[in-house]
Amino acid sequence: MLENRKWVIIGIFCLVGLTYLARLFYLQVLDDTYSLGASKNSIKRVVEIPYRGQIYDRNNHLIVYNTPVYDLYVTPKQVRIPDTSAFCRMMNISVSDFDSIMGLAKNYSPVKPSLFLRQLSKEDFARIQDALVDYRGFEPVISSMRTYPAHTLSNALGYVSEISKKQLENQDILYYRQGDYIGHNGLEEQYEEQLRGKRGVKFMMQNVRGVNKGSWKNGAFDTLAVAGQNLITGIDVEVQRYADSLMQNKVGAVLAIEPATGEILVSVSAPTYDPNLLSSRFFSKNYRALIKNPYKPLINRPVMASYRPGSTFKLIQALIAQQQGSLFPNTVYGHAGSPMRCHCRGGNSLRGAVQNSCNPYFYYVFRKFLYFNGENNTFKASAIGLKQWHDMAEKFGMGSKLGIDLPSELKGNLPTPEYYDKAYRGALRWKFSNVYSLSIGEGELLISPLKLANLAATIANRGWYITPHYIKGFGKPGVGLSAEYRERHETGIDYKYYLPVIDGMRGAVAHGTVTPLANIAGIDLCGKTGTSQNNKFGHKFDHSIFIGFAPMNDPKIAVAVFVENAGWGGKAAASVAALVAERYLKRKTEAKKLEEQVLASNYLPPVNGLPGYKKPAPAAPKKDTVPQKAAPAPKPLMTDTKTKPVVAAVISGN
Amino acid sequence: MGWLNVYAAVYSPEDHTSLFDMTTNAGKQMMWIGTTVILVICILVVNHTFFDTFAFVFYGFMILVLILVLFAGTNINGSRSWFKFGSVSIQPAEFAKVATALALAKYLDVPGSNLTKQKDLMYIGGIIVLPCLLILASNETGSTLVFASFTIMLYREGLPSWIPAVGITAAALFVLALVFPKLYIFIGIGALLGLIIMLMPRYNRTMANSLAIGLVGIVMIGYVTGVDFFVNNVLQKHQRNRIKVLVDPKIDPLGVGWNVTQAKIAIGSGRLQGKGFLEGTQTKFDFVPEQSTDFIFCTIGEEHGFIGALVVIALFIGLVSRIVILAEKQRTKFARVYGYCVAGIIFFHVMINVGMTIGLMPVIGIPLPFFSYGGSSLWSFSILLFIFLKLDSRRTALTRR
Repeated sequence: MLENRKWVIIGIFCLVGLTYLARLFYLQVLDDTYSLGASKNSIKRVVEIPYRGQIYDRNNHLIVYNTPVYDLYVTPKQVRIPDTSAFCRMMNISVSDFDSIMGLAKNYSPVKPSLFLRQLSKEDFARIQDALVDYRGFEPVISSMRTYPAHTLSNALGYVSEISKKQLENQDILYYRQGDYIGHNGLEEQYEEQLRGKRGVKFMMQNVRGVNKGSWKNGAFDTLAVAGQNLITGIDVEVQRYADSLMQNKVGAVLAIEPATGEILVSVSAPTYDPNLLSSRFFSKNYRALIKNPYKPLINRPVMASYRPGSTFKLIQALIAQQQGSLFPNTVYGHAGSPMRCHCRGGNSLRGAVQNSCNPYFYYVFRKFLYFNGENNTFKASAIGLKQWHDMAEKFGMGSKLGIDLPSELKGNLPTPEYYDKAYRGALRWKFSNVYSLSIGEGELLISPLKLANLAATIANRGWYITPHYIKGFGKPGVGLSAEYRERHETGIDYKYYLPVIDGMRGAVAHGTVTPLANIAGIDLCGKTGTSQNNKFGHKFDHSIFIGFAPMNDPKIAVAVFVENAGWGGKAAASVAALVAERYLKRKTEAKKLEEQVLASNYLPPVNGLPGYKKPAPAAPKKDTVPQKAAPAPKPLMTDTKTKPVVAAVISGN
Repeated sequence: MGWLNVYAAVYSPEDHTSLFDMTTNAGKQMMWIGTTVILVICILVVNHTFFDTFAFVFYGFMILVLILVLFAGTNINGSRSWFKFGSVSIQPAEFAKVATALALAKYLDVPGSNLTKQKDLMYIGGIIVLPCLLILASNETGSTLVFASFTIMLYREGLPSWIPAVGITAAALFVLALVFPKLYIFIGIGALLGLIIMLMPRYNRTMANSLAIGLVGIVMIGYVTGVDFFVNNVLQKHQRNRIKVLVDPKIDPLGVGWNVTQAKIAIGSGRLQGKGFLEGTQTKFDFVPEQSTDFIFCTIGEEHGFIGALVVIALFIGLVSRIVILAEKQRTKFARVYGYCVAGIIFFHVMINVGMTIGLMPVIGIPLPFFSYGGSSLWSFSILLFIFLKLDSRRTALTRR
């Protein structure tokens, strides 16, 4: 019985064998799809890389486009070079370079083309084109290079460069190959899939000498390359470049948003670099130089830097306390009994407190807020109050990622009761007196410029915001915009509570903490200054912060400005913000005197030796219009490892 | 027996010459062939009881080596399954097949072992699955699948036929579930089962039978849904793609799909008579990737045409059939079981390897016996075959007496 199964098994063997033979007969004898017309022809697969999408600003000005360049490929086996040194002179490379490139190419494959030189400009190529005919085995392939006519926005754009080994290995679908270009950081990475388009494949017949003999099967198996989509951003390039120029010789960020749509108008990270540096074939050299630069120009400060928001956070305090019912616009607090110093005369109502940025006032506001829950035990009341405070402030987008269309946004920190439980090693071991510095935006708060710009937009809208975003659409405004960037986020604060705060913000610019020059006629700027404590931490000066919007009624632009090491917020940051807002609203600058002042000021911290300073910083001169002792040119100084924490201390997020 | 010996001998040079253009690989292969001859002599000299007695020892040793390679192996293409000694690398997974075959034969050799008994089935399953898991852990899916070929032997030794039937159905449904939308498969299953009920003789068409078939249908639908859910929701994206590429190379036209297209072009361009020895353009110019290992059949198809391919396939079928017939003649159950294992393994390799070059099978990287470049595979196949020859020579010696 079981012996008979032998025949079943042999039968299966024969059946499979016959099936295969039938298939082979079909493939080899009957079907001529897979045979080639001329026996000496072979099929070559040519990959067509489509043009990457271009990037435009809101007024249809080009920010990024592609320039055709030539990549030179070499097929080692075909190479016959009679005079190597003459060849190298023509190519403008050294003989040792030539040897190493050829060695790599041979190692990869003697018969397949490998990259010899990449991104030869049109001029370079024209020079060698004629001579190249005499050298066998070299083949130019047209390719493209990112070009940035506006020379700006580099930090938000990111750059395009060769795919890294790690990315190559971690692909979901094997799309990229060694040597392919891919967007890194910024918008180029965020919208890589849309920008890159879709590669096509062409099957070409070639004879043994590699001469094309036309397409195979009339292109029946070819796929067409689909060009990348053009990205339209909400950026206003003219204002962006103007903001760039204002931020020269300063470290910090400028971010401007159109409140009604959430579109980002201006996104400056200072110091910045020319994006063209990272698209040429000198990428690695330029990249190294940028990485070594002590001011860290590669960091995109609007989203990657975290600062203590300082007095700008008082706006949120005022809003949520009113909503809670613990603060009324006519509530008056004096200075007495507060541990905080203040520079105003005291005895303010809410409007005056915002206008003059009164620290004791907000000390009392926050105290009342935390204890406003009927709990008598101050420890318990603080925990309950802080939870409520956290939940209400969170509605403004603080404490978590906002969801901007950049890959590198940081979360920041909005402390929860659990955070302090951990810090004080147990619940109910802390109370208001331990956390009161939160009331004026100091302490454990960490917030990015992006979130503060969003706060300004929220107040400008009197109660809601749309997640800030760069994209305006693909090809046309509005196309491909995700629903997330159309949705209104409510803050849960009633309209009427915004009004006294906005009055105070207008007052701050008109006759409050802001330098008088920044109150530019005709733009009706409202704002709040902030001074992020920094001089306690081994630095000479605090960070200067300003957030605001203009005009007061029907706001068109909300702006947040950070200038590191520039002292109090009413001066450096407010001036930049006012000028940016004026330029956007009027399309010209009339406040010439202010502009002159801003352009002349230099707040670059000296490169060497700020932290770990041996002697404490001398009393900071109040007049910081005078540029600080001329900072040495920002040359990479790698010998001094201590310089790194200068910026890192400020930027270190979460 | 001499016939088989010649077969192997004739084909080793073929192996070497078809790789003539790749001097390094061909040179190394010569060395491997030399060492193989020594191995073969050793096997033929050793007493036949050696394999019988030490079957489990070999098996245990192989398991140890497989575990060892997970930690001490060299990482090649993301799979940690090679030992490297200088310029020579050895893949223990190849030898695990031999050891497993011996262990299976030894186990079934015990009188009274019966494959219809649950306990024996469990042990047999264990012997097969253990090395499978270890090889899978070292990321060599192809070699793992080869272990499925033991089913052929088990079938001969009395495995209830519903087990391979279920296995084949499950595999077929798995592939179908990946390729077609769920709904189509459901309709297909429904139509098929309906047809079966229609075709049943009337006296068989009872309620119980219909219910049973309905139950089978529900299980199949459940299985398909499960596969679908597992692949789409549980697996991560890159794992999913790796599985999908196996059944549908078109979703990756630049990678695996390119290999298959090129392989077909190479084979198809051979026509009836082939382009002649060393005249192949497709294979010579590196159009076909991995042509010295996994896609070696392309070289044959292109250079020797349909006639060459016919000869090779006929020889392989002849070889495995001959092994089966010889196995039936064995006196000991040990030798017979082992013979079937050998036939199964060789057949499985040929089926997958040739099948994938002509687009009938998914692309799974396993070598073509005696053809592909690679020392481990040549060694293991020679050992596999010659142990059987040794056992067989024992039989002829007995009959002559």
